[in-house]
Amino acid sequence: MRKIKELIIEKTLMTSALITIAVTLGIILVLSIEAIQFFSEVSIFDFLTDTQWTPLFTEKHFGILPLLSGTLLTSFIAISVALPIGLTISIYLSEYAPKAFRKAVKPLLELLASIPTVVYGFFALVVVTPFLQGFFPDLAGFNSLSAGIVMGIMIIPYISSISEDALHAVPASLREASYGMGATKLQTAFKVIVPAASSGIIVSIILAISRAIGETMIVAIAAGQQPRLTLDPTVPVETITAYIVQVSLGDVQHGSLEYRTIFAAGITLFTFTFLLNTLSYRIRKKYQEKYE
Amino acid sequence: MEITMENPKKKGVVLDSIVDTSLKKTPKIETKNIKVWYEEFNAIKGISMSIKPNTVTAFIGPSGCGKSTFLRLFNRMNDYVDGFSLEGKIKINGQNIYKKNVNVEELRKEVGMVFQKPNPFPKSIFDNVAYGLKIQGIKDKQLINDRVISSLKQVGLWEEVKDDLKKSGLALSGGQQQRLCIARTLAVEPSIILMDEPTSALDPISTAKIEELIFQLKQKYTIVIVTHNMQQASRISDYTAFFYLGELIEFNKTKNIFTNPEKKQTENYITGRFG
Ligand SMILES: Nc1ncnc2c1ncn2[C@@H]1O[C@H](COP(=O)(O)OP(=O)(O)OP(=O)(O)O)[C@@H](O)[C@H]1O
Ligand SMILES: [Mg+2]
Repeated sequence: MRKIKELIIEKTLMTSALITIAVTLGIILVLSIEAIQFFSEVSIFDFLTDTQWTPLFTEKHFGILPLLSGTLLTSFIAISVALPIGLTISIYLSEYAPKAFRKAVKPLLELLASIPTVVYGFFALVVVTPFLQGFFPDLAGFNSLSAGIVMGIMIIPYISSISEDALHAVPASLREASYGMGATKLQTAFKVIVPAASSGIIVSIILAISRAIGETMIVAIAAGQQPRLTLDPTVPVETITAYIVQVSLGDVQHGSLEYRTIFAAGITLFTFTFLLNTLSYRIRKKYQEKYE
Repeated sequence: MEITMENPKKKGVVLDSIVDTSLKKTPKIETKNIKVWYEEFNAIKGISMSIKPNTVTAFIGPSGCGKSTFLRLFNRMNDYVDGFSLEGKIKINGQNIYKKNVNVEELRKEVGMVFQKPNPFPKSIFDNVAYGLKIQGIKDKQLINDRVISSLKQVGLWEEVKDDLKKSGLALSGGQQQRLCIARTLAVEPSIILMDEPTSALDPISTAKIEELIFQLKQKYTIVIVTHNMQQASRISDYTAFFYLGELIEFNKTKNIFTNPEKKQTENYITGRFG
C-alpha cells in the first residue's frame, strides 16, 4: 500500500516536471516557427541593420535596432540607478548593520520586487516624469529616463539581496584575518570581502540586467511607443517588450507579416535573456564549487 | 603614511617597540586583574600576568577555559563580539591598549595574529603577504617586494613558492597556507605575534616546520601561543600558563610547569588526568 502511494507521488512529480519542460519547449518551438516564417519574408540582414522599425505603416521597415536601442537604453539607466544603490545597501547590511537591523530590512527590500510593475509604471508616468520636468523642461511626457529610473528602483533588491547573500557567505575567518592585520572595516569590505564575493555580485548584476531587459509594464506605460534609434533619454522610445504588448493588444490580423514581427522581436529578446541567464548560471556554479 | 627605505620603522606608532628592547626587563604585555564577560557569562575571572619580551609563552588548559578569549584581548579582537565586556587593565609596551584614544588598527600592526585554521585571502601569494603593507598605504614597490621576499624566506616558504608568486594562496597545502599566514603577519613587522592553536589543523611534518619557525622567531618577536598539545608547549615555550574555568591556575617557566608543577590541577592536566 505504502509502495503504491510512493509510486503515485513519484509519477505525479515526474509528470509535472515533464509538463514544465514540454511547455517551455512548446513556447520555443512556436516562437521559432513563426520567426522562421518571418525571416522567409524579411532578410535577417535587413532585420539587424535597418535603422527603422515601421511594420504597421504603409512604408514598412523591419529594423530591430530602434527597439533594441530602446530596450538597452532603459535597461542601462535602470542598472546605473540600481547598481550603486544595491551594492551600497548590500555592503552596509553585510558588513556594518547590526544583525537585527539586517534581519528586518532584507525582507522589506525584497518587497520592492513584489510591487506590481503596473504600479511602478504609473508612478513613473504621473510622479517621476512631472517631477523631472521641473528640472528638465524639455523632457517629453514619455521618456526612457523616468522609466529607467523607476525600473532601477524595482530591480534594486535583485542586486542588494543576492549580493548581500554573497558577501555574507564570505567566511568570517577572512574578516578576522584582515582586521588582525590592522585593516579598517572599510578596507576589509572593499579589499577582501567584495573581491571574495565578486562572482556572486556579478551574478546579481546579470540577473538584474536580465530582469530589466525583460521588463514590460513600466516601459510600456512610461517610455512611450515610438521606435527610435537614439541614446537621448529625454525622448519617447519603444522597447522590444513594449512593442510586443502594443501589437498583441492591437487589431493586427493573425498570420500576417505584421503579426509575425512580434515573434521576431520576441526571439531577439529571448536570445538576450537566455544568454544572460546561462552566463549567470555558469558563474554561480563555479562560485558554489569554490566554497564547498 | 609615507615610509622610506632608510627608515622602515613606522613613524607615529602608538606603541613604540624601540624603547622596549633597550629595557629588556620591562614586560611586553602586562595584565592586571582582567575580567571578561560575554553577556552575563563570566569567561575570565580576574587574571594578572606579565609576559617578557622575546619569549614564547604557551597558554594551555581544557577546552572552554578562556585561552582564546584571553589571547584575543591583546589585539582587541574581542571588540567585535556581541555582549563582550572587559574590566581591568592591559598594557602593551607600557601603554593601556583599552584606553579611549587608542588606535586599534595601529595596535594590530604591532600585535599580529595567526589563527587556528589557515585563512589566506583568496588572492595571490604575493598579494597575501603584501596586504598589510598595502592597507597602510605603502606604495613603494621596491619596499613591498623586499618585504614580501624576506617574509616568505623567514617562514621557509620562499624556495617552495618563488616561481609562482601569482598563484592563489588557496592553492597551497594546509601547512604552506599556515606558513603563508605567518609570513603575512611578519610582513607588517609586529613585535608581538599571537597564535591560536596554529598547528591544530596541520599534519605532523607541517607542525614540526612551524614549531621550528616559532623557535627562530623568538629572536625578534614576543610570541604567545595557545595549544592543546602538551608536547608542543614543552618543546617550544619558555613560559607556560595553565588556565582553568576562566582562572589562571599556574604561570611559570615551562620547565617548572612540566617537571614540578605547584598545583595539583596543573599536574592532573599535564599528565592527562583532566582536573
Ligand atoms: N562569542 C562568544 N559569546 C559567548 N560566549 C563565548 C564566546 N566566545 C567564547 N565564549 C565562552 O567563553 C568561554 C571561553 O571560551 P574560549 O573560546 O576563550 O575558550 P578556549 O579556552 O579557547 O577553548 P578551546 O580550547 O576550545 O578553544 C567558553 O565557555 C565559551 O563558551
Ligand atoms: Mg580557543
